[in-house]
Amino acid sequence: MSTAVAMLGPRRALRVVEHNARAYLRMWPVFVSGFLEPAFYLFSIGIGVGELVGDLPGPGGSPISYKLFVAPAMLATSAMNGAVFDTTFNFFFHFKYAKTYDGMLATPLSVRDVARGELTWAMLRCGLYATAFLVTMWALDLTPSGWSVLALPAALLIGFGFGGVGMGLTTYMRSFVDFEYVTLAIVPLFLFSATFFPLSQYPAALEWVVRISPLYQGVALERALILGDMGPELLLHTAYLGAVGWFGLRVAGRRLGSLLQP
Amino acid sequence: MTDTAPVIHDRSAFDALAEAVPMLRVAEREARVWRRFWRTSALTSVLMPLLFLGAMGVGLGGLVDDNRSSVEGVDYLVFVAPGILAATAMQAAAGESLWPVMAGMKWIGTFHAAAATPVSPPDVFGGRLLWIAARHAMTASAFVVVAALLGAIPSPWGVLAVPAAVLTGQAFAAPLSAYAGGQDSDIPFPLIMRVGIVPMFLFSGTFFPVDQLPDWLEPVAWVSPLWHGVELCRGATTGSLGVASAAGHTAFLVGIVAGGCWWGARTFTARLAP
Amino acid sequence: MPDPPDSSGAPLIEAKALTKRFGEYLAVDGVDFAVQRGEVFGFLGPNGAGKTTTMRMIACVSPITDGELRVLGMNPMTDGSAIRARIGVVPQDDNLDTELTVWDNLVIYGRYFGLPLAQIRERATELLHFARLDDRRTSRVDPLSGGMKRRLIIARSLINRPELVLLDEPTTGLDPQARHLLWERLYRLKREGVTLVLTTHYMDEAEQLCDRLVIMDDGRIVAEGSPRQLIERYCTREVVELRFALPEQQEAAIARLGAVGDRVEPLGDRVLVYTSHGDEALTRATGDGIQPDSVLVRRSTLEDVFLTLTGRTLDE
Repeated sequence: MSTAVAMLGPRRALRVVEHNARAYLRMWPVFVSGFLEPAFYLFSIGIGVGELVGDLPGPGGSPISYKLFVAPAMLATSAMNGAVFDTTFNFFFHFKYAKTYDGMLATPLSVRDVARGELTWAMLRCGLYATAFLVTMWALDLTPSGWSVLALPAALLIGFGFGGVGMGLTTYMRSFVDFEYVTLAIVPLFLFSATFFPLSQYPAALEWVVRISPLYQGVALERALILGDMGPELLLHTAYLGAVGWFGLRVAGRRLGSLLQP
Repeated sequence: MTDTAPVIHDRSAFDALAEAVPMLRVAEREARVWRRFWRTSALTSVLMPLLFLGAMGVGLGGLVDDNRSSVEGVDYLVFVAPGILAATAMQAAAGESLWPVMAGMKWIGTFHAAAATPVSPPDVFGGRLLWIAARHAMTASAFVVVAALLGAIPSPWGVLAVPAAVLTGQAFAAPLSAYAGGQDSDIPFPLIMRVGIVPMFLFSGTFFPVDQLPDWLEPVAWVSPLWHGVELCRGATTGSLGVASAAGHTAFLVGIVAGGCWWGARTFTARLAP
Repeated sequence: MPDPPDSSGAPLIEAKALTKRFGEYLAVDGVDFAVQRGEVFGFLGPNGAGKTTTMRMIACVSPITDGELRVLGMNPMTDGSAIRARIGVVPQDDNLDTELTVWDNLVIYGRYFGLPLAQIRERATELLHFARLDDRRTSRVDPLSGGMKRRLIIARSLINRPELVLLDEPTTGLDPQARHLLWERLYRLKREGVTLVLTTHYMDEAEQLCDRLVIMDDGRIVAEGSPRQLIERYCTREVVELRFALPEQQEAAIARLGAVGDRVEPLGDRVLVYTSHGDEALTRATGDGIQPDSVLVRRSTLEDVFLTLTGRTLDE
């Protein structure tokens, strides 16, 4: 009996995914445009500024174009964008105002299912954005290595990481004003995770600060896969993203219960 | 309740000014709200552009300067700083002109409350713009001071970058507020941000000169109000703008502000006093 | 601010053939009325009757399509701002500033009138006391109950010491206790000489508060007078309400009830018999063999007046 219930668990969470999918189908232009932002950055900074930058040293010392340096970072960013909005802003709106979850919890769905469901949806969205971005990169001849196929599962991992953390943090927020802090956090992450310029540009003392950024871990992972620069650090990046995501999800699952059913 | 003998109270100078100019009373409301959150608000609105300046101007700038001697005659940091200044004014204006106008018009209804008093609908529109201008003046000044300390503003004309940034902000605030005032739903807003504001941000000469754009795209930059704003700000900070060009860019932006105000006065009157 | 001479006998508000059209839709169809200084004047009618639209024209936030309107002796089309400076408005929908505290709401509203800050502060303290919200001074607006928000809106509307206050559906959505507290506050205002004009679809509110009222339906005024006058003019003194178990019984009874009272009005779930003496009519009815399931003998209300004049109840 308990095995059956355990097996049904993840499947029940799919109800949450379905709910979100329906809501977004109605607003599909908004959904689609979420992928555009990193694409615009790729064209503007990657290509536009790329002309000013010239070539950078790539793996093994051979030069790579600047746009090839930036593209994987934008891929990682689009994965982050795909997951963050749903697991912070939307998530907060659902449990605080729309009482969406109250309805769901009146059914056999449990609080854990709700959290898992929301994260699954966020990862789905992030996967869609990442696929679209990868295809764009491929069309622009920016996927030189065969390992690039792993860039998609890597993007999902990034989504898992940011989604989990996002949800966990959101359960601590009290009002929409607190979301200013989300923006305050995302922008420096975006700018300073070796996204637009390599780690070597930083004073040595600050390098470790960049390394703890989850986006940096994602960017480094994607860059390595796209350029075919394989090595043991990839395990580190993977483990880091998996760990933060899992931890955030647990926090969210635990706190959501007391928030919705005090 | 009705006074027989009116009580005379001391009027401060601002009291007298506010009595004469209804728009100021609306701006005062915005100021009072801001006063409650000013620390977080100031932090975001001053810190964000400085972060961009640090990342793009210094981090990315290092890469550019290693590769080229100059961009349009200056270091990359000097090139990018005015771009960021003007772009920040645009972003802030867009944020202030979409959702908050919807809130005032529909979700909360504070505009309707104001319109029931001697304040008229065009005053409500204008008062908001006035406050947005005041805020931009503050944040732009802070940015210019820090940027100057970082060596990103070589010319003393750089002080004119502040009014230039304020004008750029108004060129977005006026039409966007007018637009938002007429809407019933905020569903198009994220689209406007992502498909309008963000591309403008990235392709109006902010991070690279517009003559690098493919020939067919260049004219698009010329109609972008942000491009005009960037040219004005960059001209001021580098001291390289001729009077004729400056007048041209200013006229373009002023024209947009005027058009936006005309549209806004009409829309707000139609919604608040149908 | 202009202060035109106002002879004490002239009406505060005067409307002649007042009309409002929104495109094709005729919201207010040529109404005439006058409101005297110091009275409580009501617009009673169902939703969609045109009451709010009329109020918005008086409040100078909606231009007149046709006809004539004078408020405080001035023309809303040309002196809107000056009129708004001297009136107070309590709107139907709460539009309190949720980003400001209770105190700041009062202060900023006062500032909209161009009043000096020192004067507003004094006034706001008085008004918080009037609204029984003294302890909520620094509270945010969101956590207040519906009744408190209403009291705050009324307090806000008085910040400029208006001679005339317009209230649009002031007690809609409030629980009975909140309603009674609000009525009590409005009585106080009236005793202090403020002219009140209100719209409502609650007949008990109209009967309790209004000195005079007009009944509006479909953009037109169908009756005018004090509550007592309206009842006397359009209705009998009493009503007998009869409910029957089965529709056939109701049908059968209707034919015979005609002889019992002055008028018979069948509704969906009961029959109303209008008569000057309810108990006697009831005795006659039962003597005639009519056997209702339940009976109620009551005095006529404005709802009955509305029913008589329009054939519909106020709720429809």
